[in-house]
Amino acid sequence: MRSVLGDRRAIAVLLGPALLVYTLVMLVPMGWSLGYTFFKGNVIEGFTFGGLGNFEKLWHDPQAHSALWFTFKYALAVSAGQILCGYLLALLYVFVLRRSSAVVRTLVFFPVILPTVAVALMFQKLFAVAPQNGLANVAIEGLGLHHGDWFASAGGSFVVLVVMDVWRSMGFYGVLIFAGLLDIPDETLESARLDGATGWRLIRHIVLPLSAPVLLSSVVFSINGTLKVFDSVLALTNGGPGSGTTPLTLYMFRTAFSYGDYGYGSTIASLLTVVCLGVTLVVFRFSRRDLTKG
Amino acid sequence: MTDTMTAPPRELPPGTRPVTVRKSGHARRLTRNLLVALLVAVEVTPLLWLLLSSFKTQSEFVNDPAWSLPGKWDFHNYADAWTTGHVALYVRNSLLATVPSLALIIVLGTAAGFALEVMVWRGRHQVLLVFLLGIMVPSQMILLPLFRVYFQSGLSGTMWPLIITYTAVGLPLTVFMMATYFRAVPREMFEAATLDGAGMLTAFWRIGFPVVRNAVFTVALVQFFFIWNDLLVSLTFTTNDDLRTVQVGLLNFTGQYGETAFGPLFAAISINVVGALVLYLLINQRIIKGLTAGAVKG
Repeated sequence: MRSVLGDRRAIAVLLGPALLVYTLVMLVPMGWSLGYTFFKGNVIEGFTFGGLGNFEKLWHDPQAHSALWFTFKYALAVSAGQILCGYLLALLYVFVLRRSSAVVRTLVFFPVILPTVAVALMFQKLFAVAPQNGLANVAIEGLGLHHGDWFASAGGSFVVLVVMDVWRSMGFYGVLIFAGLLDIPDETLESARLDGATGWRLIRHIVLPLSAPVLLSSVVFSINGTLKVFDSVLALTNGGPGSGTTPLTLYMFRTAFSYGDYGYGSTIASLLTVVCLGVTLVVFRFSRRDLTKG
Repeated sequence: MTDTMTAPPRELPPGTRPVTVRKSGHARRLTRNLLVALLVAVEVTPLLWLLLSSFKTQSEFVNDPAWSLPGKWDFHNYADAWTTGHVALYVRNSLLATVPSLALIIVLGTAAGFALEVMVWRGRHQVLLVFLLGIMVPSQMILLPLFRVYFQSGLSGTMWPLIITYTAVGLPLTVFMMATYFRAVPREMFEAATLDGAGMLTAFWRIGFPVVRNAVFTVALVQFFFIWNDLLVSLTFTTNDDLRTVQVGLLNFTGQYGETAFGPLFAAISINVVGALVLYLLINQRIIKGLTAGAVKG
């Protein structure tokens, strides 16, 4: 039996194509990009060896610092928003709506599948001040609050960006965490209730600890997605005003394609890669879970 | 969609969790309905506003407040967006990039997942880890070398750079998810097939692939939305205006009309939203079920 399951020819035929494509189009370019970090220039002007110059430049580049800072700030704010809103939605589905939650789940999930650029353009108009106040601004004024032009300041743009991305994705996290909460056995909840745990205490002491695995998946999903944010920033604010909302991804893209500096672009991409891998490993280490065991 | 708010509360089927606070049933119901109403308002209002606005004329955009309704209903803006705004072309391009990538991702990814999980050989865990790495590494890391290769090999100006890149970027997650799904399939199924004289390749096509076809559907959906909604890869490799996908086209939409043509812009966004809605209504149960089954329980 082992010999059949270990049939080398079959393994080669089944795994070979995927491994080949993956190696040629991802692994090799990754290494290649690392190689670029030691060079200056681009394909058209040619490359010159620059040693560790790009890394030194990165170390002293204020724009790279602000892009890194923005990436962290954005990842933290949006991840927190996504998971918090997702958790509240999941609690709503499980404990308040119970069996009738399917319609609401479907409804709240819908924005998840919308094209990001379409959503970003819509939010631009919702928060616009010219030629007319957008709908969101009308609502905010209706509450008696004052606002200026959201997109005129980095702070205002950041707020709209976070609101948009949480709005867009909370349905996804709602469903993900909902599925995790369904795994908690009814008997456990019931016996906790018999012991007098209700409402907040039930959630704090029973539901939260038992949903740790799904929370971890959500954190990993969320952090990995938000550190790589590109579409929504590009389409909503284009990194502006100035470079006030420019994450590392966009800074890398500009450096490489607008300014034609492949070497420095690759250096920024490498920084981003290190950040993504580092944060993911820290999250996993923190939770002591094996990466290969789903 | 709003009928949940007005519908009488359903009788809880036997076996559901007991209602903790029975005495304040009315207050509970009120809170529940308010919560749901708020949620529906937050989710639906922007989209409804977008749809309504797409029927407005230019002067209504400039002179009337944002919440006013369009004066008359005609599809002028839509016709403009579809033809003059090239939305039809963008949709075609997106399809040309998405469909082949999706087919390749599914076939290659499922086969690899099978080889890595069902078959027994030394080093398979390491190979799976190498694939896992690809989930975390940002696409920015592979753009520049690929751009150079596509350019020098003359592939720029065709759909191939998109198809190749999407396939490779989609593989890690697909391989990983398929391996996870195969973990739940009893080995006896394949052993029985091989006892009947089938090789592993036959066992994969006849048994492995059909057994995980629900999972295949889920993965295909996830990858479909990922590819359809991608901006980074398409922006980088569509050097030619005729190759623009929906996302890149939308991004450049305002440029073609100048900043002020709101009607066609709203119509173009609405076309995307309505298209997604139609697709979603057809398949949403599958998405949500697949997502919950695959992502959490594995």
